[in-house]
Amino acid sequence: MSQLVEGVLEAFRLIISLDKDLLHIVFLSLRISGLSIIIGTLLGVPLGALLGSKSEKNTRLASKLIFTLMGTPPVVAGLLIYLLLSRMGPFGILGLIYTPTAMIIAQVTLATPIIAGLTMVGVRSRGKEVVETARSLGAGASLITWTVIKESRIAILGAIITGFGRIIAEVGAVMIVGGNIAGQTRVMTTAIVLETRRGNFELAIGLGLILLILSFFINSFLYNLQKGGRSN
Amino acid sequence: MVTYKMKSRNSKCQVKIFSFLFTALMLVMPTGCSSIDEGSGQAQPGQEKYIHLATTTSTYDSGLLDFINPVFTEETGIAVRVISLGTGAALESGRRGDADVLLVHDRKAELELVEEGYFTDRYDLMYNDFIIVGPAYDPAGIRAANSITGAYTMIAGSGSKFVSRGDDSGTHRMEKSLWTEAEIETKGRDWYYSIGQGMGDTLRFTNEVLGYTLTDRGTYEATKTNLELKVLYEGDPALYNYYGIMAVNPSIHPHVKYNYAMEYINFLISDTGRELIEAYKINGTKLFFIDINID
Repeated sequence: MSQLVEGVLEAFRLIISLDKDLLHIVFLSLRISGLSIIIGTLLGVPLGALLGSKSEKNTRLASKLIFTLMGTPPVVAGLLIYLLLSRMGPFGILGLIYTPTAMIIAQVTLATPIIAGLTMVGVRSRGKEVVETARSLGAGASLITWTVIKESRIAILGAIITGFGRIIAEVGAVMIVGGNIAGQTRVMTTAIVLETRRGNFELAIGLGLILLILSFFINSFLYNLQKGGRSN
Repeated sequence: MVTYKMKSRNSKCQVKIFSFLFTALMLVMPTGCSSIDEGSGQAQPGQEKYIHLATTTSTYDSGLLDFINPVFTEETGIAVRVISLGTGAALESGRRGDADVLLVHDRKAELELVEEGYFTDRYDLMYNDFIIVGPAYDPAGIRAANSITGAYTMIAGSGSKFVSRGDDSGTHRMEKSLWTEAEIETKGRDWYYSIGQGMGDTLRFTNEVLGYTLTDRGTYEATKTNLELKVLYEGDPALYNYYGIMAVNPSIHPHVKYNYAMEYINFLISDTGRELIEAYKINGTKLFFIDINID
C-alpha cells in the first residue's frame, strides 16, 4: 500500500519538476503514437469505408481478416516488423531497426486494422441509405465513399480513439523494434517496464499515472469533438 | 431542405476534424522528423556519432553502464545507445548485425560465435558472481551446503519452489548447466517454475512465492530494498560469471561502426575503464570485478 501512495506522490513530483528526461519520454510517446494514429487513420478509414459500403456478402472474407488482425498481439506485430527491418531481414538495408521510425511502422500495423474494422462496422450500420441516396443523386464510387465517411464520422472518431488507446498503451511491439534506448527510443510504456524490472516501483507507478492522465486529456478532447458532431 | 441541413452540419464538423488533424500534425511533425532519420547508416561529419551496444539486463539494470558510458562519451564524442536484452537475444541481435558491439556473459557461446566469424576482438572484461537467494527461514536449509550442486540437491529434495528465468539469458544458461552438473532433472517437476522473465521480474516472483532462485549479485543488490529475499548460498567458484566484450565482425556486416566499437572496447579495457568498473558500487557493495584469471 505504501508503495502505491509513494507512486502517486512520485507522479506529482515528476510532473511538477518537469524533469528533462521525463519530458523527452512523454513527447516521444506522443509523437510516435500521434504519427502512427494519423497514418493509421489515412489508411484505415478509406479501407473501412470502402468495405463497409459494399454489400456484406462480397466482403465477408475481408471482414473476417480485418477482425482477426484487430486482435494481433503487439508482441507478434513487433516480432514481425523486427524480422522485416533487422539487418538480415528483407528491409535491413534501410537501417531502420531500433529507430522511432520502426516503432511507428509497428504501431501503424496495430492501429490500422482497428480503425478499418470499427469504421467498417460504423459505416455498415447506416451506410446503406447513404449509399443509395448518393447513388440516386448520381454520385460516382469515390464520391459515395467520401459521403459515407462524412456521414459515419462519429463511429470513425470512436475508431480513432480506440486505436489510439491501444497503441499509446502498447509495450510489446515498441520494446522489440525500438530497443528501449534511453533518449532515443524510450517511451512511457517501455520506461515503465524498465523501472519495474529495476525495482523502482514508485517511479514506474508515477509514469503509469502520467500516461493515464495524458490519455484522459486526449480522450476528453476527442470526446468533445465527437459530441460536437452529434449535437448540431 | 434535408440535404441542406446535412451539408451545413457536415462542413462544421469537417472543419473541426481537419483542425484537429492539423493540430495533431503540427504537434507531431516538427520534432518528429528530426529524430526519425538519424537512425540509419554511417555517421556523417557533423552528425551525432553513436554506437549500438547490445547487452544484458544485468549490466544495464544494475546501473553500471549509466555510470561508465557518460565518461566514454565525454572523452570520444561517441554516444552509446544501449539495448538491454537477455544474453541469448543480445547474441542474436549481434549475429544479425543489429548492434555494433556486445557486452554479454556466456563465455562458451561467445567463443563459438567468434570462431564462426560473427564477432571479432573479444576480450574478457570483468566478472561478478551468482548467488542463490530465498526466504530468510531457508526451508531447504541450503545455508549449510558446501557446494552449489549440494545446495541444488537440497532444494530439489525439500520440495521447495525454485524459480527459473527460463528466458535463455546468460543467467538461465548458467542455472541450467548447474542442474545438469548436479544431475537433477527439472523438466516437468511441479516445484520448478520456469517463468520466462528478466532478473528483476524473477526476483519479485520468487519473493512472492517464497521460493529460491539463482541471481547475479548486481541485480539482487540493486533491487533488494523491495525484496524480503536473503542471500543463502554464495562463494562456489562454479558461480563466477564472466563478461566478454566483442565487436560485430565488419567483414560479415559491412554497415557496422567497427571503428567506434573498437574505441569503446579499447576504452573499457584501458586502465580508466577498469577503474570505473571497480569503482561502481550499489549500497556500498562492489558488483563487478576485473582481476580476471581464467583457466
